[in-house]
Amino acid sequence: MDYFKQDLASLHDLLVKKEVSVTDLVKETLTTIKERDQKLAAFLTLNEQAALDQAAKLDQQGIDPANILAGIPLAIKDNIVTKNLRTTAASKILENFQPIYDATVMEKLAAQQAVTIGKTNLDEFAMGGSTENSAFQITKNAWDQTKVPGGSSGGSAAAVAGGEVLAALGSDTGGSIRQPAAFNGIVGVKPTYGRVSRYGLIAFASSLDQIGPFTRNVKDNALLLNAISGLDPHDSTSSNQKVPDFAAGLDGNIKNMKIAVPKEYLGEGIAEPVKAAIKQAISTFEKLGATVDEVSLPHSKYGVPVYYIIASSEASSNLQRFDGIRYGYRAQDVKNLEDVYVKSRSEAFGDEVKRRIMLGTFSLSAGTYDAFFKKAAQVRTLICQDFAKVFADYDLILGPTAPTTAFGIGEDIDDPITMYMNDILTIPVNLAGLPGMSLPAGFADGLPIGLQLIANRFAENTMYRAGYAFEQATDFHKEIPAIGGQN
Amino acid sequence: MAINAEEVKHVAGLAKLAFSETELQKFTGQMDEIIKMVQQLSEVDTTDVPVTSHVTDAKNVLRPDTAQPGVDRDLLMKNVPDSQDGYIKVPAIIDESGEA
Repeated sequence: MDYFKQDLASLHDLLVKKEVSVTDLVKETLTTIKERDQKLAAFLTLNEQAALDQAAKLDQQGIDPANILAGIPLAIKDNIVTKNLRTTAASKILENFQPIYDATVMEKLAAQQAVTIGKTNLDEFAMGGSTENSAFQITKNAWDQTKVPGGSSGGSAAAVAGGEVLAALGSDTGGSIRQPAAFNGIVGVKPTYGRVSRYGLIAFASSLDQIGPFTRNVKDNALLLNAISGLDPHDSTSSNQKVPDFAAGLDGNIKNMKIAVPKEYLGEGIAEPVKAAIKQAISTFEKLGATVDEVSLPHSKYGVPVYYIIASSEASSNLQRFDGIRYGYRAQDVKNLEDVYVKSRSEAFGDEVKRRIMLGTFSLSAGTYDAFFKKAAQVRTLICQDFAKVFADYDLILGPTAPTTAFGIGEDIDDPITMYMNDILTIPVNLAGLPGMSLPAGFADGLPIGLQLIANRFAENTMYRAGYAFEQATDFHKEIPAIGGQN
Repeated sequence: MAINAEEVKHVAGLAKLAFSETELQKFTGQMDEIIKMVQQLSEVDTTDVPVTSHVTDAKNVLRPDTAQPGVDRDLLMKNVPDSQDGYIKVPAIIDESGEA
C-alpha cells in the first residue's frame, strides 16, 4: 500500500469496498515498515501477530462504513501503554515491561477497530527534542537520514512522514508532537490540556502532557482527534467540554478570521529561511481573507526556564515510582533495599532523565522551592495572561513551530541548553494548556519548515479550519521524501 | 558557580541516584549551566502574582464511593522482578553485610 497516495477517507473506501483486505493492508504495511525502518529506525516493537489476527477478524466481519478508522494500521508512541504489548518509554528501566491494561486512547481506538501496528521510538520518557535520548536506537529524519527527526515523538513523526503508516499518536509536553511534525513535514496536533485522557500515558509532567495525532494532512488529523477525545473518569483532569466534530466545517473559508503574529516569534534566534516561510504563510492567510496583526507575548521568552523548572519538578515526582520493586529494571548485586532503589535507578535511567530528575529535585528542595518552583509557577501565570489578552481580540496565533529546520544527528546532544532552546516557540502553549498545530509551510535545503497555529482553549476547530484553508492554498504537504521512492 | 559538586551529591541522594566521580563532574557542570539559565526568572517582577500549578477549569472532581472489582493479583504480579509465594521479594531492609 502506497500511503503517499492515500488519506483516511480513500483508504477507508478501499477497505469498505473490499478492494483491499485488512489482512493484505496489514501485511503490506509490515513489509514496508521492515524495509524502510532499516533507514528510519522509527519502531521499537511491531505488533505483528496480534495485528494479523485482528485483521483476519475484521475481514470476516466486513468494514463498518461508519467507522473511518476500522482496519487502519496506526503507530503508537511507546510511552502510551498497550495491554500485553511491550511498552518501554524508550528506557532501559522498562525494557521488558508488559502493561496489564490499555491507555484510554487505546480503548477508544480499539472501539473504532483501528489496528495497532507497532510502538514507536522516543526520547527516554519523552524527555528531549531529537529522539537521540532513546535507550535503544536513534530514529532518522524521513527527509534526510543524517538529521534528527525531532522529538520526543520522533518515531511516530518519521513513521508517518516516511509513509510507513498513514497516522500515529504521539504526546506533547513542551513541543514533542509539533516540533517533530515540523522537522518531518507533516501535521501534528497537541490538543487543549484536558481534551484527551492522559490515563495510560506514562507520566512525565502531568500539568503539561497531552496525547495527540500525527497525519499527513489536516483533515485526517481532525478525524483521528475525534476518535481519542473526551471526558474520562480515569483522568480527573480530562475535560467535560463537549467534543465537536473537528473535521466538520473544513471548507477553506476563513474570511475575516483574526490572526495574531507575536513579534517575539519572528525575532532573534529564528533562522532566516524559517522567517521567510512564515512571512509567506502570513500573506497566504491574508489572501484567504484573514486579517493578520502583530502582537506581543512579552513573557514568552521566559517559557524555557519556566518549563524546565516545572516539567522537571513534576518529572522528579512522577519518576519516583521507578524503584525496581514492583516492575521494571532491578539492579543485581545489591546489599539492602536502599541499594535496590539507588542502583536500579542509576543503572537504568539515561543521562537526560537524570538531569531532569536532578533539576526537579533541586527546584523542589527546602531552601530553593520559593526561588525556583514557586517563581516558575508565578511566571507561568504571566505567560497564561499574555495569551488570554491576545485571545480577547484574536481567533488564532500564528508563528513558526521551531527556530530552525532539523539539525544533524549528534550535533547538540552534549549541549542541553541549546537543545532546550529548540522548544522556545512550543513550550508556552503547553504552559497555558492551549491547543497547537504544526503543518508544512516550506522547505530549506530540502528540509521541511513547520508553521504553528495556536488557538484558544477548546477552540481546536478554529485551528483545524485555518490549517485546512492554508493546506488547500499551498502545495507543501504534497511533497514526498526520497524514502517514499518517487523522487 | 550556582551549584557545586557537594550540593549535586546531596540532591542526588534525595533523588535516589548515585554518580561516579567522573559523572559527578560532568553533571555539576551541566546542572550549573541549567540553573544559571533558569535563574533569569529572577528579573521578572512577580509581586502579588498567583501561582499556576495546573490549567484545568475542574474543581474537586468527585465520584460516588461504590465498590468496584480490583485487579487480579496474578496480573499485578506479572511485571514484578522477583517474587515468592505471591509476595514481592526484596533484599533485607537492614544491611547485614557489615554488622558490628
